[in-house]
Amino acid sequence: MSPPRNEARERTGELMIQLTHLQKLEAESIHIFREVAAECEKPVLLYSIGKDSAVLLHLAQKAFFPSRPPFPLLHVDTTWKFREMIEFRDRRAGELGLELLVHVNEDGVKADVNPFDSGSRLHTDVMKTQGLKQALDKYGFDAAFGGARRDEEKSRAKERVFSLRSREHRWDPKTQRPEPWRLYNTRKRAGESFRVFPLSNWTEADVWDYIAKENIAIPSLYFAKPRPVVRRDGALIMRDDERMKLRPGEQVEHVSVRFRTLGCYPLTGAVESTAATLPDIIAEMRASRVSEREGRIIDHDGSASMEQKKQEGYF
Amino acid sequence: MACAFAEKEFLSDAPSPLATPRASEKALLRFITCGSVDDGKSTLIGRMLYDAQTIAEDQLAALDRDSKKFGTQNGALDFALLVDGLAAEREQGITIDVAYRYFRTDKRAFIVADTPGHEQYTRNMATGASTADLAILLIDARKGILPQTRRHAFIVSMLGVRDVALAINKMDLVDYSEARFNEIVTAFHDMARELDFQTIAPLPISALEGDNIAALSERTPWFQGEALLPFLENVESARAQAGDEPFRFTVQWVNRPNPDFRGFSGWVAAGAIRPGDEIVSLPSGKTSRVKRIVTQDGDLDAAVAGQSVTLTLADEIDASRGDVLVAAQQRPDVASQARARLLWTAETDMHPGASYIVKLGARTANATVADIHHLTDIHTFEPAPARPLGLNEIALATLRFDRPLIVGDYRDNRDLGGFILIDRITNETVAFGLIDQRQTPQKEEAAPSEETAPPPDRALLRRRLPASLGPALFSGVCVGSGAILLGASPATGLLLGLADAVLRPLARGVYANHRLNRARAAARSEERLGDGAGI
Repeated sequence: MSPPRNEARERTGELMIQLTHLQKLEAESIHIFREVAAECEKPVLLYSIGKDSAVLLHLAQKAFFPSRPPFPLLHVDTTWKFREMIEFRDRRAGELGLELLVHVNEDGVKADVNPFDSGSRLHTDVMKTQGLKQALDKYGFDAAFGGARRDEEKSRAKERVFSLRSREHRWDPKTQRPEPWRLYNTRKRAGESFRVFPLSNWTEADVWDYIAKENIAIPSLYFAKPRPVVRRDGALIMRDDERMKLRPGEQVEHVSVRFRTLGCYPLTGAVESTAATLPDIIAEMRASRVSEREGRIIDHDGSASMEQKKQEGYF
Repeated sequence: MACAFAEKEFLSDAPSPLATPRASEKALLRFITCGSVDDGKSTLIGRMLYDAQTIAEDQLAALDRDSKKFGTQNGALDFALLVDGLAAEREQGITIDVAYRYFRTDKRAFIVADTPGHEQYTRNMATGASTADLAILLIDARKGILPQTRRHAFIVSMLGVRDVALAINKMDLVDYSEARFNEIVTAFHDMARELDFQTIAPLPISALEGDNIAALSERTPWFQGEALLPFLENVESARAQAGDEPFRFTVQWVNRPNPDFRGFSGWVAAGAIRPGDEIVSLPSGKTSRVKRIVTQDGDLDAAVAGQSVTLTLADEIDASRGDVLVAAQQRPDVASQARARLLWTAETDMHPGASYIVKLGARTANATVADIHHLTDIHTFEPAPARPLGLNEIALATLRFDRPLIVGDYRDNRDLGGFILIDRITNETVAFGLIDQRQTPQKEEAAPSEETAPPPDRALLRRRLPASLGPALFSGVCVGSGAILLGASPATGLLLGLADAVLRPLARGVYANHRLNRARAAARSEERLGDGAGI
């Protein structure tokens, strides 16, 4: 973030600097990163490759500069991410010189759990939620940073910055610890862990504005270009590889589309768009009257479905 | 396509909107909405989000579905359902937990803490207030000021919110009556005299109908103020203005990437700092000068309250997590005991003498509740006798720490004056604490004087008396039999013994009272000594 001296003005010898809301959000997120590094034994940053992860990673670097972030990145790979996401992930970790751990739930692979035949709910549970729990247990992480924001969804709006999870990784919305001021109670029993959300108070607009301001690299899937898509169940699904079999009557069209969020490609609806630059995207987002999770097929199982998934251990 | 390159091309292309002051860079206002149950807090927030056009179509569609299923507005859009996110809340139609909401207008970005009205969730309401610049206090125009209104006003004031928008809601149900509005405003002003508000802005609104929310309503032509959203866009909160406080920096993490660099990464809690400024590290008391203010974007010329930076110092002084770097000329107190208001947040009671973990700034230590002076009745604002502290109760207490802590009065700085207590067995956060160092306390915490034995001391004496009864009787017997041995008549001996047994504890009680006051005075002067001595 640029130095605040642009906004600084001298007034009767006293230094008066008005921080902008992005500067405040950035400073608070950095504070959270440092609290975890100081108080938790084995943190990890859950890197899911999307724009929120990009901002999270950027803030982690700032928090510890000139040191490197004192924790590795972890990606729970469902094996159904867009191919470009995987390329981007490996390139970024290499450029930044950060340790990248990739975990796949091999049990799920063996059982051939996949979004087409198993349905979104089972696929997400096995490959994402169970995969995440396996990875956290395998490495013994006691704190995992995630890029979730409270503005994304109603039950997330109620979640703490430091979200305590039981030994079984469950979230209990009824016993959340109060978090007054900037004071986080990081005490936990053996086996318990924290999910920590430094972007809790950011909005989708804040994330985009910050990406533009800080020139943060993000996958090109966020930018519109003609892509091979199939219209299915009211959504535009990009056919990223041959595993997506066409149903009778379906055909691949080349439509100029982009993605507002990135996940498993069969579960991520594209939006028709020609916004190919950041300002275009930001302008389009401002004008949009549809929330970003609209494209996420897994969220529509009912208004409280996210709460339920979170209780089961989903991020 | 590599996007980083695309962005760079875009950045180099003039005229880049990023080079000019950005419309996306706004000032931030945090506020809390509170009020009694069913005063319409969630409805108001839903209405503001709606009027600020931050509700997307799919969210509106979901709201429409939910309104028909759970709604309390006969199937019409129930804005409360936009913010009540937990399944239990939707089923019960109440807000349990604090929910944070976000919206922007052309002028400002807002973070809203929507907090529960029910007394059993007071701690969640206090959490929302702890970071708020301003409070919207809702009052149902039909009901006027309710016990919960008083409680919320008290907690909001205690947690340091100085600016209040007094939103008299449901004006549609009192025919937009100016007289009713004025009546409530007057009553509120009477009540608020005992509180610590700087500005109180009354507004007649209807969250349901949208009156005086985004724009002034034609149905209240008598109202001279601004509508709620414009008010929130323009208000200058007292907290945001505080800019000339002495420098305070909490060290969170010592930054040592290599043997040549040793920086202190932390949070500027107050004031400002520039390279060359003299600082003192507390509690060690070692002084040095700031050499560099390091960030990934390059060194800064200055850092101010609310920034996360890394400082390097001119001298190799010892400082570690939890220490505080402060302006050399204006030092906070370093004390191993402090007086504080406690808001109890646990289901289990707190007893004097109990030991907890305290977290203040980046420092964690052990704390013992040395004394509960008195409770505060949050409905009447009056002091109540000291007793074990239960859920949502507030007390003035003295805490002893096992190491010196850097403390500041909460009213001066939330980061140096706010702390939490943690139960070391359950790990639960059991209390919010607010350091209270003022020598001229408010009415309900009148300093104990020697002439009138105040409630806290009487309570203390009551606790001590039973323990001193046994020894007193014994010493009475001794005095009496000693007198008999010395030749006095048995009757005189008995009388002497009796008199001793009765009078000595009384004298001891007065003495204990005296000693307590002396100890307090000593503690106060210790604090004063600590100020400036830097130890």
